[in-house]
Amino acid sequence: MIRYLARRLVVAALLVFLVSSGALLLTRLAPGDYVTESLGVAGRLDAAEQARVRYGLTRSFASQYGQWLSNAARLDFGRSVAYDRPVSALVPERAANTILIAATALLLATLIGLPLGTISGSRSGGFIALGVRAVSLVLLSMPPLLTSLFLVFAAARSGWLPIGGMRSATGSGAIDIIRHMVVPVLALALPIAAMFERLQAQAVSETLAQPFVAATIARGVPQGRIIWRDAMRVAIRSVASVYGLVIASLLSGSFAVEMVTAWPGLGRLMLDALRARDMYLVAGCAAAGAAFLAAGTFLSDAAVAFADPRVRE
Amino acid sequence: MTPGRHSFAVTTGAVLLMVVVFSSAAAPFLAPHATDDRFPGLLNAPPTAIHVEDEAGRWHAPFIYQWRRLSQLEQLYEEDRSQPVPLAWLTGGRLVVSADESRAPLLLFGADGFGRDVFARLLFGARTSLALALIAALGATLIGACVGGVAGFSGGAIDGLLMRGSEFVLVLPATYVALALRAALPLVLTPPQVFLLLGSILAIVGAPSIARGVRTIVAAERQQDYIAAAISLGAGRLRLVLLHLLPATAGFLVVQLTMLVPAFIVAEATLSYVGLGFPEPVASWGTMLQDASNLRSIVDFPWLLSPAAAMFVVVLAVNLLLQRDVRVRARTRAASGLVLQ
Repeated sequence: MIRYLARRLVVAALLVFLVSSGALLLTRLAPGDYVTESLGVAGRLDAAEQARVRYGLTRSFASQYGQWLSNAARLDFGRSVAYDRPVSALVPERAANTILIAATALLLATLIGLPLGTISGSRSGGFIALGVRAVSLVLLSMPPLLTSLFLVFAAARSGWLPIGGMRSATGSGAIDIIRHMVVPVLALALPIAAMFERLQAQAVSETLAQPFVAATIARGVPQGRIIWRDAMRVAIRSVASVYGLVIASLLSGSFAVEMVTAWPGLGRLMLDALRARDMYLVAGCAAAGAAFLAAGTFLSDAAVAFADPRVRE
Repeated sequence: MTPGRHSFAVTTGAVLLMVVVFSSAAAPFLAPHATDDRFPGLLNAPPTAIHVEDEAGRWHAPFIYQWRRLSQLEQLYEEDRSQPVPLAWLTGGRLVVSADESRAPLLLFGADGFGRDVFARLLFGARTSLALALIAALGATLIGACVGGVAGFSGGAIDGLLMRGSEFVLVLPATYVALALRAALPLVLTPPQVFLLLGSILAIVGAPSIARGVRTIVAAERQQDYIAAAISLGAGRLRLVLLHLLPATAGFLVVQLTMLVPAFIVAEATLSYVGLGFPEPVASWGTMLQDASNLRSIVDFPWLLSPAAAMFVVVLAVNLLLQRDVRVRARTRAASGLVLQ
């Protein structure tokens, strides 16, 4: 078990290292640097040169990278030139905002998708199963970019919920943040909930066809108990097995949602950093994203092991 | 699922897709205007309603009313009921236009912030978006089939290297990979350059999941007797791969290709939405959505969201068409990870 955990940790560290180094290299190779992007074409050449020396952009990539790496090993990820703040202060704050909506969305999707999937999968016909199926199909066809646009439209038209941002100028406290969270979280959660519902429905109907279910019915166990206790437990494996992949699509989806709803998360920070050619900030964002990915994949593997005892061996 | 309902869903999907493809192909005939025709007096004008009954309750051939601007600042409009404007059918190579285009243009889906016809831009934009997505999906399939074919056929170290590489790209959230690649290239480019660039980026991002699937199929097929027979008959490597192994992956490739197209449409829209896609005057569904990125526009001018509705129709059509296996779809989607399709 400890060896397994250690191996996972090494792979995770490797992922973070590769992704952040790759991001740093990519930004460095990109045409233009922070100075050209911030001063623009009107900037004077000598002023630009001075700025480059000040920001340490004149050094070779090898020496820049070496220094960044040795600093990063001591948890100093450099300074963002655009925000003039240490990367290690800027990124965690934004990453926490992204994790907040991503984790809430995943939880919500599971809480909606699993029970509905169990219901629609255990009935062959009827209004409820058909209705759930149709709604799922519609939501599956709405990636977060579209759900967030439509939800923002609905929220703004009805005036029920605030749109855009994370806090309002006047409001304060947790209630205010929760009200702002509704639109981004729903936008992110609904398509995933629909996918969970479809997967669970398919798995439940497959499970109910298995001989052990017939044997349980023959022993006189009530139907509700078979569906909600036995079949659901067996079927949940198929949802658990896609959890790891859902983590990546949560990150992708949250980017679109953050852009539409102006949620101050990692995606917006990364986009700003990329456009400004703020290389240490890009690397920092990439490292945070990779760490999130690694942690999410690990948790999802743990969920699979929890749901399916056979994997544990 | 009963066979009848299944085929109904598949038929609906196919019909929807055909409508989208045909209307984009016939854009010059169906659209009343060009994509860059501007009506300066009609910024953000609402959709033109087509009437058949006039104020006095008499029935006519379909006609429209002119928009009268109530407030320039708030961009509020009202129908000028005093003079109906008839529609002109099949004139100037177009299906239908207003008889008095300069005074009362036919704006079926309203106008955008520059006073351009949203309906025309939607039809012509479909060409850009669909062509880009299709070419990128073909590219991804081609790269994926080559990489997967080589890996599955040769095995050993090459196989290991190619598959580790694919897995590395596969784990990453595809939107971020596309975003980083796009942002790392020059930000200001001409439309054809952007088309080529976005096409290549999306192809690279979409290829790894296909490569993995092809590799699995090819590696399994290689063990079959008919391959041994072909080898004993003296078939060369190239012949084996092209004539025997890759055809076995055809079914898989077709499904993947079909799923990548809507994913890439949404990916283009996401990149254009954040300003990394096509530059202005080009009409694509993504650039049109960018006009709706201002919250006030979404609320007051909801017709600007019509490209989002069009995207929904395309994704829904493909989902209906490929209803059979949710699990495969879930996996590829998360793998190609661009969007939740």
